[in-house]
Parts: sequence; structure tokens; C-alpha cells
Amino acid sequence: MGNFTAVFALLCAMAVVLCEHSVREPIIVGLALVAGGVVGWLIAMRVNMIQIPAMVAFQHGAGGIAAFLTSFVELTRNQSDFVFVEQWSGILGIVIGAATFSGSMVASAKLAGKMRQTPTILPQHNAILAVNLIGLVAFGILAGSSVGTPLLYSSLALIGLSILLGVIFSVRIGGADMPVLISFLNATAGLAASFCGIIIENRLLIACGATVAASGSILTHVMCKAMNRNLFKVLVAPNVRTTTTTPLPHDSPVQAKPPHPSIVEECREIVEQTCLDRAVDAATSANSVIIVPGYGMALAHAQFEVVRIANLFLARGKKVRFAIHPIAGRMPGHMHVLLAEAEADPDILFDLAEIDSQFQETDLVLIVGACDVVNPAAINVEGTPISGMPILSAHEAKKILVCNLDDKPGYSGVQNPLYKNPKTILLLGNAKEKLSKLIDAFN
Amino acid sequence: MGNLVLMASVFAASFVIGYLLISRVPPRLHTPLMSMTNAISAVTILGGILLFSVETTVAQKILGALAIALAAFNVVGGFSITDRMLKMFHKKEPPSS
Repeated sequence: MGNFTAVFALLCAMAVVLCEHSVREPIIVGLALVAGGVVGWLIAMRVNMIQIPAMVAFQHGAGGIAAFLTSFVELTRNQSDFVFVEQWSGILGIVIGAATFSGSMVASAKLAGKMRQTPTILPQHNAILAVNLIGLVAFGILAGSSVGTPLLYSSLALIGLSILLGVIFSVRIGGADMPVLISFLNATAGLAASFCGIIIENRLLIACGATVAASGSILTHVMCKAMNRNLFKVLVAPNVRTTTTTPLPHDSPVQAKPPHPSIVEECREIVEQTCLDRAVDAATSANSVIIVPGYGMALAHAQFEVVRIANLFLARGKKVRFAIHPIAGRMPGHMHVLLAEAEADPDILFDLAEIDSQFQETDLVLIVGACDVVNPAAINVEGTPISGMPILSAHEAKKILVCNLDDKPGYSGVQNPLYKNPKTILLLGNAKEKLSKLIDAFN
Repeated sequence: MGNLVLMASVFAASFVIGYLLISRVPPRLHTPLMSMTNAISAVTILGGILLFSVETTVAQKILGALAIALAAFNVVGGFSITDRMLKMFHKKEPPSS
């Protein structure tokens, strides 16, 4: 598989480099290698599939920091023999590397739930961004045209400003825009490696960096296209939309409802029971089912229940397919990884384009933790943040079963008319629990 | 300057080849793809090692060691996570490549 080829190639490259250049401090190098490697391995083995996006973002950051440190050290010593281009690529390596580092740390904190996932908009956000960029350009020119101590200090200033840039840049992006950010950081990490390669005149580094940059760019493009928004809008001028809406469903991870008076509780239970009965009826009578997973499935760790129910349907001879929207989840391909973890049959997973025409002929759509990707408002209503976004036409199915945490709008802040549709059965609450109940009743 | 042209063409060629190859990766493999390219981008580890090919000051040693350690974290972590993911994808399907 490609993975091993890549590992092997990298090991060979390392061997070649070690043969060509003698290392003066083998002990330091060896210790650093082992320390970093062991920690990386331990974490990689323990992390579960839900945490993958945060982990990948964190690794982008580690790559960024390595790139900018290397560029910095290389740039600020023996500058005398640098040509113009090398000096500038060193500077770019520092800026891109440092910004990738801090941006990834913010992204990782958001994805791991250590920071609010909603966009944080500072007062005068664009002004701060502009001042920061002007400062970067100014110090960049200074660093590009100086040698010796001024170069050292302007490089330090560049590092500071770039780190700030990464933070300012990524705090404003959140929620469903995360896949774009994480792909973009993938591309910049590659770019930083490439510039780092130019300054140390290592072609392998340039080549690898460029390949990674290309890959990141493709993913970024795919994600943007899936949202029908351009990169600039997502990254630099996001709508101020989410600041005014009610708390988003993705923010409060499950549970913790305030205690209800007993009567309310009783009514709620009756309603819930009715809904569950209707859900079981719908599930029993349906002959064809499409399952639409979303980020809520990841939050509720419900992928195993989802696959169990899919297998139950299959066992009863029903036609079952998964419809996966490209931006479902928090990184490209997120849903596929989770479903693969739960051992879903890959042959029944379909992309938006492949399955969208099939909803009309489908008896039941089971939505698990997805909102915006099935929101018909994207087609019917003009002027919302999701207008024009390609969606899965779940509303065309004969029955719709929604297993979401609540009926609040999704990340986009747009009310979902699907919840009010008479064809819809709502099973609100923790998707894992609800699905387990459904499975028990269904059995 | 010949060197510069060479480096620029290496960059351009790799970008194009990467673009062509990676456009073909199906969406379901996008997460492992990103995780693997992420690990590849940590070839900066070579840069870190090369820092030590000449005499270094204490500050440079510290920064260099930090760069190597983090890049190693990235390489090892990235590849092992990709491996774990790909194994999951392979459980039920015949190996495709």
C-alpha cells in the first residue's frame, strides 16, 4: 500500500542525507528523533477515530513548527552565501510555517472541544488582520534586504507576527467550515516544507512539500465546492451570521437538560414513546432505506449503532445505502473513517452525486446527527448562508426519521424546514441512546 | 542561478504530478490521504538533521533538536495513524492497490 511506500521512501531519503552529510551531534539528533517518534507513535496508537480531526490538525502544527524553526536557524546563520531567492524562501518558510503552527493549534483545540467551536470574532477583526499583514510585509522586506543582526531581529518579529496571524485567521473559522480550514492548513504545511527545502537546497524536500501542497489544495477546493462557497469567503470574510443565532446544537455535547417538573416529564415521555413507536413502524414497513450521517453521529459516538441498524435492515432483505455529503463531519472523509471503524460495508456508501437522485424512490431516510446537509432551505430559500449549497434531498423520501440532538438549526444557523415536515418523525436526544432503543424495539 | 531554475521546476513538476495523482483519490479515502500527506510534509525532518551538519551554537542546537523532535512526532504519528485507518478500510474489501 502507498503508506508503506511513503515510509520506505522517507527512510531511504534520510539514509542518503545522513551519508552525504556527516552529523556533528549524533546524540542530540538521535535523542530528538527517538523522543519525537515515540511520543508520536504512542499518541497515534491511543487516539480514537473520533479524535482524528483534532489529531491531524495538531500534526499539521508540528510540521509547521519544524519547518519554521529549520528555516529560521538556516536563515540566521551563514547568511553571507545566500542568494536572493534563498533568503526570501527562508522568510516565506518562517512566515508560512509559523502561521500554520498557530493556526493548527487553534484548529486542533476547537476540534478537540478545548475551545468554543463557533467562530470567535474579535472587535475590528479585519482591521487587526490588515495591520498584522502590513506588519508582516514591512518586516519581510526588512528581513529580505538585511544581513546579520537586523536580519535576526526582523526574523524574530516575523515569527511573532506570523503566529499571531495564524491565530487571528483561524479563530474566526468554526463548525462546518472546519474541513476547509484543516485542508487549507494541510496545503500550507506542505508549502512551508517546500520553502524550507529551497533554503537548504534539498530537492526532495521541495518535491514532497509541493506534492503535499497540491493535495491540500485539491481537498480545499473539493470542500469549498461542496459548500458552494469560495475560499476567500470561508477564510477571510465569513458571514457574521453565527454571532446572532441561538446556541448551536453542535456546541452542547449531549445530555444535561434542566430538571423538568414531573408533569412535563410525563408528557415528554408519552410523546417520545409515540415517536419511537412511529419510528419502529416506519422502519418495519420500509423496503428501501438511506442513512444520512453527520457530525452529530461523531459527537454521540453513534457510528456502531448506525451500522448495527443498517445491518439489521440488510438482514431483513431491505435495501440499505449510506448517503455521505462531502462536508459532513469536521474533515474531508470524516464519515467514511467512522463508518469504516464500525465495519460498514464500503459497497453501500455513496457520495452526494451518486445517490441524490435516489431519494424520491426511497421509503425511509434515517438522518443521524446531520442538519445543514439535508436542509431544503438551501434550495428553496434565497439569501441564507447555505443557499445554493448542494444538499442531500432527504425531503423527497416518503418518510424521514431524524435522530438529532435537538431541532435547533445546524451550524449555519438556518432553520431546517425538514423538522416541520409532516413526513418527518423526530427522535431527539442522544443519537446513541435513541438508536439503541430503536434497535431493541425493532428486534 | 541554474540551481534556482532546477528547484523551481522540481516544485512545479511535483505540484502537477501530485495534483494529477491525488485528484483520483476517491472521497472516502480523503481522511487517510490528508493524514498521510501530513506525515510526508514532515520531511522537514531532513532539514532539521542537516542543521547539524555544520558547527552549531547552543541556541541553534536547542532549536534544531526541537525541530527534529516535532518533525519526528509528525512523521511517526502521521504514518501510524494512516496505517490504522487504512487497516480499517481493508477489513472488508479486497486490497485495491
